[in-house]
Amino acid sequence: MSSRENILSKIKQNQPELLPLPDLSVLGSEKYDLVEKFTEILEGIGGKVLQVSDIEEIKNYIISNYPINARVISTLPAFSDNRDWQTADPHSLKDAEFLIIKGQFAVAENGAIWLTESEIGQRVAPFITQYLAIIIEKSSILPTMHQAYEEIGSIDYGFGVFLAGPSKTADIEQSLVLGAHGARGLVVFLV
Amino acid sequence: MKTHSEAAEVFNKDFDRTTWHDQTLFMVRQKRDKAAFQIDDWELLRETASQIKNNVLSNMHNYLLQFEENASNNGIKIHWAADAKEHNEIVYGIISDYYRGEIPVDTFKGMVKSKSMLTEECHMNEFLAEKGIEVIDTDLGERIVQLAEEPPSHIVMPCIHWKKEEIGELFHKHLGTEKGNKDPQYLTEAARQHLRDKFLTRPIALTGVNFAVAETGEFVVCTNEGNADMGAHLADVHIASMGFEKIIPQKKHLGVFLRLLARSATGQPITTYSSHFKKPRDGQQMHIVIVDNGRSTQLGREDFRNSLKCIRCAACFNTCPVYRRSGGHSYHSAVAGPIGSILAPNLDMRANADLPFASTLCGSCSNVCPVKIDIHQQLYKWRQVLVQEGYTSMSKTLAMKGMSTVLSNPSVFKFSGKVGRMLMDKLPFLVNNNMNPWYKQREMPEPPEESFRDWYKKNKK
Repeated sequence: MSSRENILSKIKQNQPELLPLPDLSVLGSEKYDLVEKFTEILEGIGGKVLQVSDIEEIKNYIISNYPINARVISTLPAFSDNRDWQTADPHSLKDAEFLIIKGQFAVAENGAIWLTESEIGQRVAPFITQYLAIIIEKSSILPTMHQAYEEIGSIDYGFGVFLAGPSKTADIEQSLVLGAHGARGLVVFLV
Repeated sequence: MKTHSEAAEVFNKDFDRTTWHDQTLFMVRQKRDKAAFQIDDWELLRETASQIKNNVLSNMHNYLLQFEENASNNGIKIHWAADAKEHNEIVYGIISDYYRGEIPVDTFKGMVKSKSMLTEECHMNEFLAEKGIEVIDTDLGERIVQLAEEPPSHIVMPCIHWKKEEIGELFHKHLGTEKGNKDPQYLTEAARQHLRDKFLTRPIALTGVNFAVAETGEFVVCTNEGNADMGAHLADVHIASMGFEKIIPQKKHLGVFLRLLARSATGQPITTYSSHFKKPRDGQQMHIVIVDNGRSTQLGREDFRNSLKCIRCAACFNTCPVYRRSGGHSYHSAVAGPIGSILAPNLDMRANADLPFASTLCGSCSNVCPVKIDIHQQLYKWRQVLVQEGYTSMSKTLAMKGMSTVLSNPSVFKFSGKVGRMLMDKLPFLVNNNMNPWYKQREMPEPPEESFRDWYKKNKK
């Protein structure tokens, strides 16, 4: 017998009698002011949240806060027409300074934003870039992870990520440092 | 090999450091409390998570088949490993196949790895090193202990026992940082540059698995640093190693576990990245190695099978008074702490017979466990199994037998009490010496003038 058959037959023999799955509908009843909660939590974990009225405001913010001669990539036509990076070798993104994208939706309780390949262009992009900006529609903020998974439903993707704040570590004496391996900074524009 | 109590004695020689270790971990425990108390339904969440895991254990066989089918349809190759050795051989085989049987050892750059306690359990790094394949640990804490040639001492915070001055010194030696610089920001930046080069040049990436979803065939990996993603999305081959108990039934159940995991672990609302890997990217190979290594035996032990519900948050470590004051290496097991002490005897009763005794049985571990494992009760049950099977030391057995004779015989008990009080009063050096294990790190109490029995006789009216 192969290991597969061995393992499976031993599991079948040793597993206890079938127990039912619990009801999840009783969870996720928290009532939050969604924009306020999302902002408070995300800023608490090192992100920056700005409420803006239009794309121009976002462009102005980026120009005045980030080096404009650095490499900026985006999946949004308003920020860049270049799409070649999305199909290039992922290693070629190593000098990307700034990525700007739009998130599908966000979660108030933990500041997480749901992104799949269609939003990020390349899987490695939101990790390898030095700084990351994500646009979120205020109306897309959900209270908890339970509503988040309902929203995802059975939509197909190859890769998806809940991203909450900039990359960080506290491995050296519990001192929080932003920018471990992924993006050093995250700014979220709420529209 | 030292037993837990022998190793803990060495750890405790540095009093200030032990206190620092204790307080650092308790601070993390307090962060967990703060995060948990912000969720009104916290206890309901724990109960729900526990019930989901009970269902998983009871339907493991079918969920694994379902997962295998769905993941295969998604383009992921599934492998099964009965034990540590087979796991390591499978990983080696995947690398070898990628190079059509001839790994170019001279130019091959090796593998980047994000946190996987399973590969620690399997001693994979050592196995691959013998074959000439270098494994670079990419979690900052794991990289630190790897450079120091030590195993992690904690499953979430691998170098919690290291001070920043020592890390500064280590990085000066290995990464060429300034001598004497111990600033965490500076040292983290040095590690970022050092590891970015590894991510960009390694063709193979290995990650652990936090959750594998039977319904969809995808798996979820949680990190704060982004190291799993940097490795996996740049590599040509992504290998994910998982113990079979990581399976959960449906995607919606991730909502429950992702709410509990980081809050229990570090007090964060969620880890920075909760990455859902469903299909390999174009041109990439994705493999999952499903490992048994004793887990199916544990599943058959009614008293101990619940330990397989563990989601590796380490809340039980951070709250445990024994872990906090003895350090992770005292446990001589890949997973230390209370949960490690109930997992390890399943793998090897003889080698790990001391671990279920490394507890005060205070029950704090069970109270913080997000999936409600009855950890302290299992510690107590393991003690009984280990004594019955003859794995405990003769001195402990004799001491317990002596104690049992004294306590079950009123006249012997009365007499021994009197002798004990007399000796402690007249000849205190007989108990206040290093031959008496109760004297270690303690002052012996003043003996009472009379026993409770004598006092009661006099005062009962």
